Amino acid sequence: MAKIAHAAAATAAKPGVDVGFIFKKALISALVALVLFSLMIGVRTEAGPEGQLIYWTRFGDLAGMVGAVFVGSIVVELLRRWWGPVDTPRLMPEGARKTLSVAGRAVAPILLIFTILVPVIFYDQRYILDLGILVLTYVMLGWGLNIVVGLAGLLDLGYVAFYAVGAYSYALLATNFGLSFWICLPLAGILAAFWGVLLGFPVLRLRGDYLAIVTLAFGEIIRLVIINWQSLTGGPNGISGIPRPTLFGIPLVAGENGLAAKLGIAFSPSQRLVFLFYLILALALLTNWATIRLRRLPIGRAWEALREDEVACRALGINTTTTKLTAFATGAMFGGFAGAFFATRQGFISPESFTFQESALVLAIVVLGGMGSQLGVALAALTLIGGFELFRGLDQFRMLVFGLSMVLLMVWRPRGLIGHRAPTVFLERNQAISSDLVKEGHG
Amino acid sequence: MDYFAQQLINGLVLGSIYGLIAIGYTMVYGIVGMINFAHGDIFMIGGFIALISFLILVSFGLTFVPLILLVVLLVSMAITALYGWTVERIAYRPLRHSFRLAPMLSAIGMSFVLMNYSQVAQGARVKPVPPIITGGYTLHEGADGFVVRLSNVQIVVVITTIVLLAIFTWLVSRTRLGRDMRACEQDQTMASLLGVDVDRTISMTFVIGAALASVAGMMYLLYYGLVDFFMGFVAGIKAFTAAVLGGIGSLPGAMLGGLLIGLIETMWSAYFSVEYKDVAAFSILIVVLIFMPTGLLGRPEVEKV
Repeated sequence: MAKIAHAAAATAAKPGVDVGFIFKKALISALVALVLFSLMIGVRTEAGPEGQLIYWTRFGDLAGMVGAVFVGSIVVELLRRWWGPVDTPRLMPEGARKTLSVAGRAVAPILLIFTILVPVIFYDQRYILDLGILVLTYVMLGWGLNIVVGLAGLLDLGYVAFYAVGAYSYALLATNFGLSFWICLPLAGILAAFWGVLLGFPVLRLRGDYLAIVTLAFGEIIRLVIINWQSLTGGPNGISGIPRPTLFGIPLVAGENGLAAKLGIAFSPSQRLVFLFYLILALALLTNWATIRLRRLPIGRAWEALREDEVACRALGINTTTTKLTAFATGAMFGGFAGAFFATRQGFISPESFTFQESALVLAIVVLGGMGSQLGVALAALTLIGGFELFRGLDQFRMLVFGLSMVLLMVWRPRGLIGHRAPTVFLERNQAISSDLVKEGHG
Repeated sequence: MDYFAQQLINGLVLGSIYGLIAIGYTMVYGIVGMINFAHGDIFMIGGFIALISFLILVSFGLTFVPLILLVVLLVSMAITALYGWTVERIAYRPLRHSFRLAPMLSAIGMSFVLMNYSQVAQGARVKPVPPIITGGYTLHEGADGFVVRLSNVQIVVVITTIVLLAIFTWLVSRTRLGRDMRACEQDQTMASLLGVDVDRTISMTFVIGAALASVAGMMYLLYYGLVDFFMGFVAGIKAFTAAVLGGIGSLPGAMLGGLLIGLIETMWSAYFSVEYKDVAAFSILIVVLIFMPTGLLGRPEVEKV
């Protein structure tokens, strides 16, 4: 009898919350936090009026932070218990799953139709149009990098270098030789792809994380050269007065030659924004279309295979260097297109726009979107850029939250939050061959 | 010749700082096989903590410089080591068996977190400190009036580095912890079967790496007299370059690589152009990885299926 009671108590205790353990854990976390934050947050230093450093204490903030860690630790632990182990498959009712998959298939067309309608709905709201252009630029960059990271599985930390090459190509060609945007756009893409090949050819033999560091170094080199080669690039002052794009030679200005006058309608500054909006939308859709088509070609299949298992690829006779190189160059080309668009939209570019932070942001879009999923990348760009815009007031916390969410995302769902793209083709199941057919047991 | 000698001294001092950071990269890479992207920022945090504890000690009226230096050194080593431990615990340990790129991405996120955390906590402006160690020796006075000097700061940096390296070498080669670390480096599964606590050993690796980086941060503060929240990024890449140049995974290699990078950077600034010194360091990284991926003292890596 006592045994049964004991067993019952044990089963009862199992799902119950172990208060002592959670409390102890939270206490330890708070203690660690106290030591970590003691000097960095408890004391604030600043250069005083005579250039000498002064400091003052902020024990209130310190106590607040430590308390937050204590409470946060308890909450996280409770959530973890409530959620259970990460790997447990979660079964949904058949109906819910069906609705969800229908909804999932409908998201992309609805999003596309909405995007096309944005300039119509928000014609007079400059702010929304500007934001839309910004989001679409990052969608395009994300889709471009997606070819490299998501499809081919090459971690590229210097993608912004190709963006910079594209932007500076257009800016320099247009301001020095007066070439039009439509001639420069393909040139910018080609030049960026050329740089991609130039960098990729020697370094693509390296393993994943070495490759990441080398691309990072390359991105920094390009930026430093742009800063220091003052006679060509204007150095830190950048290039200003970059011509705006024209609609097949017709400028979108108020004058007599402008598009508005030719069409016989009143000029409005929004017209140029609408034009830019559709331009970047077209470029982004071009990227998307090219990616989807490429994925069906042998080369696209090879990229995906490479991402899954490089050694197996080599064993199957795929030339890994050329395969990687094409992915790298294709990604770079779209980066170059986006760069040229950026230059023409801003009318002014400087090296400040091409820092490592930018590369990390685009990479975060691809990772958040689920590495390889086209829709995921678009949604991730919308979420991240929109989120940045929402928290514009909290400027200094922005990157802190950004970094933190990147860490948490990797810890919680390393395969991406929004979508996940499995290889396009794979064997449905492993077939066990009967032992009559092979000489030594299982084949 | 005098000019060259002076640059040689400066380069070696800078190289010792890079070497101390590089050891952290190489140790972590040797055991976990990942690039600890946030290590440069740990170095920056070390510099900040040294700065703050120094300010507090001075305001308490301490004037005996060696005592101040010792206390600052111990405080910044202890706190920064805890930063290293926390970073590993939060961002890397849960990802130990995740897919290949996950720890790298998480490390990039962590680097942003540390960088912006210190920007939020301590402000974005550069923090200058007055020279703490002054004076020095004149080694040689040339006929043209050029003086080769060896300042006391430089002596302190080099001696601290040598002492730390000696302690560290003893730790790795003679102690139980060092044996565990070497065992984990060779085969984690086997080590755990033989009773080595792998998690603890990896944590200790991060702790030691962070402690060495914090010393580098403090030396940087003493030598250049300033810290800012962004200094970890470039210093981190250069120290990583040093680790790769010396052969990643090799501890003497990291120090050698650090000295070489310090020398190359100083000589490049002295004889070619200051503007392109970072370009030179990054180019070396690319060139070394392409032509000599195992570095000077590294072992060739065989990919197993």
